[in-house]
Amino acid sequence: MLAADALPPKFRNWFAARGWSPREHQLAMLEKARQGRGALLIAPTGGGKTLAGFLPSLIELTERPPRNTPAGVHTLYISPLKALAVDVERNLLTPIREMGLPIVAESRTGDTGEARKARQRIRPPDILLTTPEQLALFCAWEGAREYFADLRCVIIDEAHAIWPSKRGDLLALGLARLQRFAPTLRRVGLSATVDDPDLVRKWLGVNSPPPCGEGVGGGGVSAALSELTPPPQPLPAGGRGPTSHNIDLVLGSGGAQPVVEVLVSGGRVPWAGHTAEHAMAEVYEIIKSSQTALIFVNTRFQAEFAFQRLWELNDEGLPIALHHGSLSAEQRRKVEAAMAKGALRAVVCTSTLDMGIDWGDVDLVIQLAAPKGASRMVQRIGRANHRLDEPSRALFVPASRFEMLECRAAADAILENHLDGDPPRIGTLDTLAQHVMGCACSEPFDLMALFEEVRSAGPYAELSWEDFETVVDFVSTGGYALRTYDKFRRIVQTPEGLWTARNAQARLQHRMNVGAIVSPGMINIRIGGGRRPMGGRKIGEAEEGYFEQLTPGDTFIFAGQVWRYNSMVGADAFVSPAPNDDPKMPSWGGSKFPLSTYLASRVRQMMHDEREWTALPPDVQEWLAWQKIRSAIPGDGEMLLETFPNGKRFHMVCYPFEGRLAHTTLAMLLTRRLDRLGVGPLGFVCNDYALNLWSLRPMDGLDLDELFAQDMLGDDLEAWLDESFMMKRAFKHCALIAGLIERRHPGAEKSGRQVTFSTDLIYDVLRKHQPDHLMLRCARHDAATGMLDIARLGDMLTRVHGNIRHMPLDRVSPLAVPIMLEIGRERAPGDAAGEMILAEAEEDLIAEAMS
Amino acid sequence: MTRFSPSSCGGLRIALSNVEVMLRWSGAMWLEAERTLVVADLHFEKGSSYAARFGQMLPPYDTRETLDRLDREIALLTPDRLIFLGDSFHDGDGEARLAHDDARRLEGLALGRELVWAVGNHDADGPKVLPGEIIDEAVIAGLTLRHEPLPGVQFGEVAGHLHPAAKVTSGRATIRRRCFVTDGQRLVLPAFGAFTGGLNVLDEAFSNLFAGPLLAGALGPKRVHAVGRKSLRPD
Repeated sequence: MLAADALPPKFRNWFAARGWSPREHQLAMLEKARQGRGALLIAPTGGGKTLAGFLPSLIELTERPPRNTPAGVHTLYISPLKALAVDVERNLLTPIREMGLPIVAESRTGDTGEARKARQRIRPPDILLTTPEQLALFCAWEGAREYFADLRCVIIDEAHAIWPSKRGDLLALGLARLQRFAPTLRRVGLSATVDDPDLVRKWLGVNSPPPCGEGVGGGGVSAALSELTPPPQPLPAGGRGPTSHNIDLVLGSGGAQPVVEVLVSGGRVPWAGHTAEHAMAEVYEIIKSSQTALIFVNTRFQAEFAFQRLWELNDEGLPIALHHGSLSAEQRRKVEAAMAKGALRAVVCTSTLDMGIDWGDVDLVIQLAAPKGASRMVQRIGRANHRLDEPSRALFVPASRFEMLECRAAADAILENHLDGDPPRIGTLDTLAQHVMGCACSEPFDLMALFEEVRSAGPYAELSWEDFETVVDFVSTGGYALRTYDKFRRIVQTPEGLWTARNAQARLQHRMNVGAIVSPGMINIRIGGGRRPMGGRKIGEAEEGYFEQLTPGDTFIFAGQVWRYNSMVGADAFVSPAPNDDPKMPSWGGSKFPLSTYLASRVRQMMHDEREWTALPPDVQEWLAWQKIRSAIPGDGEMLLETFPNGKRFHMVCYPFEGRLAHTTLAMLLTRRLDRLGVGPLGFVCNDYALNLWSLRPMDGLDLDELFAQDMLGDDLEAWLDESFMMKRAFKHCALIAGLIERRHPGAEKSGRQVTFSTDLIYDVLRKHQPDHLMLRCARHDAATGMLDIARLGDMLTRVHGNIRHMPLDRVSPLAVPIMLEIGRERAPGDAAGEMILAEAEEDLIAEAMS
Repeated sequence: MTRFSPSSCGGLRIALSNVEVMLRWSGAMWLEAERTLVVADLHFEKGSSYAARFGQMLPPYDTRETLDRLDREIALLTPDRLIFLGDSFHDGDGEARLAHDDARRLEGLALGRELVWAVGNHDADGPKVLPGEIIDEAVIAGLTLRHEPLPGVQFGEVAGHLHPAAKVTSGRATIRRRCFVTDGQRLVLPAFGAFTGGLNVLDEAFSNLFAGPLLAGALGPKRVHAVGRKSLRPD
């Protein structure tokens, strides 16, 4: 372990002048750097994490001997947020200036001006701060190899947020590329607390293919652990099979334990709902009594709703602001600036503020509605009090009884330091296709060498040669069984057998479409009316799906005001201010985050263990007690399933607690099975906790184990999946990332609407004529893991097999009330429903003709 | 108002300028008395045109898919005359890019029947090698068939070009389908090609074509739905 005097005098004096001493983990990071080892630093916010990442580079750059030739970039810093890169630049300039270091640090993001970008290309800064998308662009530069030849260190900030995503795949591939340009490059990750640091280390590190018969390499874990004395992290085996990487783990000392409370407003918890409207008055009082509060919600609509309600209550005119992804960038920047100045008392926000710039003044984090996952909640709570020795304060406000259970479970999990686990990451092939094209744009590549390079990236360590060849063939010719496109190849072979981009146009098109973030088509919301509205001030953006639910004349809340929707012209929705009377709020179906597996198991545990009920408010206890009398409380490992009549219908309600996505998939598949059994369900609704199917015929006598048998994930799933809207959406995302279709084309940008329309046609034709095409494989994989949660559903079916507790009842049970109240929400029409709509319209017309 | 009646085959029988025509759920128009099948805007080789022009590798199966659907109609109706109502190829080089098998199938369409290529704006010259008669417009059974509708009120005109689509909303759910559109005097056919998009029939491009009340024939699986102006929605 290095002592503080290991710092050069200039640095030691700087720390002393500020009344600081270097923290243990800052010195540990320095030591790793001196040993030439990569490192993953896991520390809570406010622990001087960023400085710990940069300190070794600052010292190295200061001690660097003068050179005759201009040096290239020494340290590349990558953050998932543009704003964070710019903010870190500002924070880094302070020590550089105060110590008078001969170091140039500059940011480069999508917003950086062309002149500055061009200058950076000719005179690289010593430290370059940027985003994963910019790195993907660097990799596609001609001359990238020379530009990064001097690179010594890459720092990935917020690594916990990037690694389990397609952006993470692309970043890992980019790192593998940089390592070839600069073999001595060191990789450094900065992360918030995660469940399994080994998974992040594997992602971050250089993975060598497993040497035959060799055990786990690395060995840095135990060393790092014995040096520091934080609470030991659980270190399960993680990963899949022995791979070695060179990333050591450094743990920052834990901050003060957060103080988490659950608000029971007015002593009652509503039966159902997502808005926590009942608690707004109390939330307002709490805002009044705190300095600055961040109010997190799970969806944009919840944000709008909460913001509106708080302003109705805001007699004192407290500065309360709104921040979510649909507001224009300018509006968001304004809110952030006001926040940084300490001018706001509260901000209602979505995940847009989950990470980012530190605000020291926030003293309270309020989570409106259920947290959905313990890890995300720890992140959010970490936004309060960025000073290590003071505890963060958090308040959960459950909107319904099930959410009450969830909030309680999350609060306990956070206090016990238990977080949600992620599965190991397997790199996606659509992302690999984009990277391969990028490499070909930069310089000709050898197929074998690129394969080895790609496999050195953590997520691709187990990539097979067959898959790699399929991807390269896709990049070149589209990968079709018909060799129609041989003469239009995007990448071609040089006489030496190396692969390179076909021409300058192919390069330009690739560069315009780089990145793995596919956002839904966004519609500009502008003020304007009449038949042919023009211009109009832009007040923000919304996903196009939102407007599919509205017809002209409908009123809705946006940016805290009520608007009337007038018309849609191209990608612009025209609206005008509307009187503030009962806007037609679109339904928003609760959270967009699924309940985490870990939290779900805690909620199940809490239900069946009556001793835990005492921590719940009286009305929730009473609810569970009635459930025990009227029906049953599921035991450990059991899934409760109830059947009962209600009105003219017969219901089947079960409670897997696996999240809305997995439940929707399950309901779709059960519907198919029940149809075959002649029960013919009429419909279903799902929430995060339960699902509810109904039919005109009783469902008491069914063989439930057979109904829930795992083989539903076979043919039934395949048949349903191919027709589902989710597959089409997944296909569109993959096709955009892999470059099959383009977001931007030189000269014109395709609107989301156009892209949607053509990809549906492409999907249908491809499915019919080449069902094993790479893009369909990618889409199936994404739909199965992300949107449909099939892996989770599979685990659940295994768990409940033989453990379904069926309660045939003569009326609705207390536990079923919330899910019964969900009925009435509409769903997007399937093909059959679409036909019914047309048939209805036709009946109207015939009636009109006959009258 | 346009007179119409559903037929047992899922089609919609309408009186167009007093000529009886059948609108098929495939998107084709069938003149039974003339044993003539009319399809518009096939846009063959649209997929490959993107590869040729932009290097964008869309699936090359659109021509095959369109031909498959055309074959099904021909097998069912055994027409004596087949009319392609313009924009049969997506661009002037489309014919040269046809896969070998697809070209043979197109040649086969002219066997035992009259094959007529009306030219459109995408394929102004018509095919160079493939068999069939190339025309600007045709008059059949009192109806005038041309690719692009003429401006102003036209009696008994059948055209393509606009790729009409109908949007219908019920409650909060919305669907959008390709469609026929007519006022009983003139008729615009939907695009038949696999990769062709659609233009809402309430768009301005349609507004000065029709004098009478609009009737849209929206294409569903296995039937054409008659949809009146009241049920139609703009995009």
